[in-house]
Amino acid sequence: MALAFDEYGRPFIIIKEQEQKTRLRGLDAQKANISAGRSVARILRTSLGPKGMDKMLSSPDGDVTITNDGATILEQMDVDNQIAKLMVELSRSQDYEIGDGTTGVVVMAGSLLEQAEKLLERGIHPIRIAEGYELASRIAVEHLERIAHKFEFGENNIESLVQTCMTTLSSKIVNRCKRQLAEISVKAVLAVADLERKDVNLDLIKVDGKVGGKLEDTELIYGIVVDKDMSHPQMPKQIQDANIAILTCPFEPPKPKTKHKVDIDTVEKFEALRRQEHQYFDDMVQQCKDVGATLVICQWGFDDEANHLLMHRNLPAVRWVGGVELELIAIATGGRIVPRFQELTAEKLGKAGLVREKSFGTTKDRMLYIEHCANSRAVTVFIRGGNKMMIEETKRSIHDALCVARNLIRNNSIVYGGGSAEIACSIAVEAAADRYPGVEQYAIRAFADALDAIPMALAENSGLQPIETLSAVKSQQIKIPTRVMQENNPHCGIDCNDVGTTDMREQNVFETLIGKQQQVLLATQVVKMILKIDDVISAAEF
Amino acid sequence: MAIERILKDDASEEKGERARMASFVGAMAIADLVKTTLGPKGMDKILQSTGRGQSVTVTNDGATILKSLHIDNPAAKVLVGIHISKVQDDEVGDGTTSVVVLAGELLREAEKLVASKIHPMTIIAGFRMAAECAREALLKRVVDNKTNEEKFKMDLMKIAKTTLSSKILSQDKEHFAKLAVDAVLRLKGSTNLESIQIIKKPGGSLKDSFLDEGFILDKKIGIGQPKRIENANILVANTAMDTDKVKIYGARVRVDSMAKVADIEAAEKQKMREKVDKILAHGINCFVNRQLIYNFPEELFANAGVLAIEHADFDGIERLALVTGGEIASTFDNPESVKLGHCKLIEEIMIGEDKLIKFSGVEMGQACTVVLRGASHHVLDEAERSLHDALCVLSQTVNDSRVLFGGGWPEMVMAKAVDELARTTPGKRSHAIEAFSKALVAIPTTIADNAGLDSAELVARLRAEHNKEESNAGIDVISGSVGDMSELGISEAFKVKQAVLLSATEAAEMILRVDEIITCAPRRREDRM
Repeated sequence: MALAFDEYGRPFIIIKEQEQKTRLRGLDAQKANISAGRSVARILRTSLGPKGMDKMLSSPDGDVTITNDGATILEQMDVDNQIAKLMVELSRSQDYEIGDGTTGVVVMAGSLLEQAEKLLERGIHPIRIAEGYELASRIAVEHLERIAHKFEFGENNIESLVQTCMTTLSSKIVNRCKRQLAEISVKAVLAVADLERKDVNLDLIKVDGKVGGKLEDTELIYGIVVDKDMSHPQMPKQIQDANIAILTCPFEPPKPKTKHKVDIDTVEKFEALRRQEHQYFDDMVQQCKDVGATLVICQWGFDDEANHLLMHRNLPAVRWVGGVELELIAIATGGRIVPRFQELTAEKLGKAGLVREKSFGTTKDRMLYIEHCANSRAVTVFIRGGNKMMIEETKRSIHDALCVARNLIRNNSIVYGGGSAEIACSIAVEAAADRYPGVEQYAIRAFADALDAIPMALAENSGLQPIETLSAVKSQQIKIPTRVMQENNPHCGIDCNDVGTTDMREQNVFETLIGKQQQVLLATQVVKMILKIDDVISAAEF
Repeated sequence: MAIERILKDDASEEKGERARMASFVGAMAIADLVKTTLGPKGMDKILQSTGRGQSVTVTNDGATILKSLHIDNPAAKVLVGIHISKVQDDEVGDGTTSVVVLAGELLREAEKLVASKIHPMTIIAGFRMAAECAREALLKRVVDNKTNEEKFKMDLMKIAKTTLSSKILSQDKEHFAKLAVDAVLRLKGSTNLESIQIIKKPGGSLKDSFLDEGFILDKKIGIGQPKRIENANILVANTAMDTDKVKIYGARVRVDSMAKVADIEAAEKQKMREKVDKILAHGINCFVNRQLIYNFPEELFANAGVLAIEHADFDGIERLALVTGGEIASTFDNPESVKLGHCKLIEEIMIGEDKLIKFSGVEMGQACTVVLRGASHHVLDEAERSLHDALCVLSQTVNDSRVLFGGGWPEMVMAKAVDELARTTPGKRSHAIEAFSKALVAIPTTIADNAGLDSAELVARLRAEHNKEESNAGIDVISGSVGDMSELGISEAFKVKQAVLLSATEAAEMILRVDEIITCAPRRREDRM
């Protein structure tokens, strides 16, 4: 503990309640941080790749989640350690930015830390290590660019996109029907994509799930699905060419905001009020009918009387639709949300080609499908599955696949998967290391070793001999230069699925270039940050 | 240096072997728990709730047992979670016990394989191949009698009897099988079991249960109103029949003399009278309301000779509207455009000590009501569950009419096919496939064990029997020997067996894939002092 003394030899108090705080300094602090970071990475290591194992997480409330999605595992693990929280942040930012490769980025950061620890023990200053890593990551990113391929797809040629999504999905529990889910994801993204601007707004894709049926029943709906049914059981279940009035006012007598009282003191007034009330309901329904609405979607409830009147006038209605869904419906159908009956006009109605109610299973589960909307750019992926756990996991997997498809539309460069990109980078970084004078050289070499950790983990998880496999693949990459590029062959990777070839082009295993680059950059950044910490002061438990 | 803790204090983390063991043990414990309820001679469980009153349920329905358990082990939770999942209960309705037992057996076999250093992923790959092969084998042997109505009905009867034979209803399975088949056939292919209403009335014996072709409403008829109406016109309504309140917000009555109060009261009465008049103008002789009907309007109805039924709950109203073909009305100004419901006869009937209202000869022929009678509530509850299982299976079979034999026959057929696959598959996966077939054989073994028979002997004989081509042999629990299932008339629906096979494999796979269990610190509860 650092103590300062004044001229009389009395100790200074620098930190409040100094005795109760634990403090780690110098090498100890760095080692403690590194070991915390590594233990997070160690948890995720076995989840990497198509043969990765799942983790079972039991939440504070006792709900069980089974997943192998890195971001989800870390999110639900509820970590306490500050450094471990940094790692959680790391995978989360990969999730936000790219959506895929959340496991890989943590594993990579872990192995960078592991290498750094060795260098620290040899007495290399952490800042030099950090600088070396920085240089190395730049080399790696450039090299990735060099080995990347442009990759062609169009509206009608989605096969290659589907293949990439399948790579992502193959590591999930849903890989039983990965082909189908991949197709759904690609179609969903293409439906909302703006191919000219190369942008995709994922908000327009709603991923919704309902327990029941089986995974194969999952479908893509060009429109919106609302978990509601018609307000009256005898309203028509299917409406063609619907004109939809989207209301945020209830079908109820008005409730003025100002405080008021209506006093009834004579029989006449009582009667008048009653007539008024009747009139009121009649008017509301009439106003909807007058503008030509054939379906009313309302955020609030209906009075029994209004409900019957609607039914009577053959005007199907849906009540208690949530605000978010209401907005989505408005976007999809091109309608306007109307807060008052008086403001209803024909232009404000939304249009949909088909609205239908669909029931599931033997019980009373009904959903409302709004399809063929005026603005067809909102789509819904509707997941069915045996239980809630399965649906949640499928939602996460679909999210990953959607992100991959989006990234490809934004930037259609790809690198090959199966660890081949990491191996290629490792070779390039290793070769570049010798050109740097000074201590950084060691750090750069360590970076190259760290890159090997990902293919190594892949091989290990697939039940192969990690060291043997990795060295075989590495030598293959160097030995067989492709004629076209006059360089090493960067397509050799780990044959996780036991197909028999190490050439990832034949296996159709791709990953996006930006995803990979982001992984390298993010992992390096976090490791640099962790290395720079040399003092950890934590308050005592209270 | 101490290894940093990265999780919170109360959290726990189990890795690799330990995690796998924890999940195997948990899942197998659940499987063993329900194992003894399998088969026609399966035993029941008593479930005592921890809530107030400590109510007791006696059942051998797998879904009910699993639903009532409080489980701490996460893997066991997964197993339970899958099987009380909606799929198995809603869409198949039966076979929950078999799923859990099969999944448990699969994990038991998997544990041995893991112990002999086979990677879980290899085991999963083997299981998947085996499950696919087993399904193919079943598909080859299904019998489909869709075209022959007479035979199809026989099939349904057999399935119903087989399902019911393991339940409390087995004494009267003939009776109940007929009941269930009749009820399902009335649905004409729809799987909407809502149209079959089950009413439980204690008293009498299970044999006294009956199927009624009409609709029975558990309500009483108002006093002084007709007890029997022929060719009834029914108005189904959801409207306030007490003092019809002014709905405009903020309205209140403020008067300055008693006379005015009386005036307003009279006006109110007048209003109600008008409302009743309007209702009567529909030309009805029966009025069913979801809400209360107060004495005054009830009297008015009675005067007009109209049967008024109050407080029919929402389900009852919707169902009644559905079966009688009327619409649920809330305003009564246009009598000509409101669709009325019709039925041939409304009468009050007595079941036990209770009076019920029966609507017979309704327009929609699909609906029917099953009235269950029995000695106590426990018996009735169990009977209802059993009947529900049977109805689910039957309604599914009506749509997918492929049928298999029961009594362990499908398991033996699958085991045989899977065994053959194991022999022809190179590589480590063949061990997993072999294990799958062993797990399948465990089901007939359990059935025999539960019946107190010599399972080793019986299963061996069964296996020998199945080595012949096209054998129909299965375990005949009654005589305690191997018998011909087609002669004994024991059948099961293909859809159920398929669901059992697939979801058991899926569950086993899910648990096998786990190599680490992280339990978060329990949420801190606020201390209630």
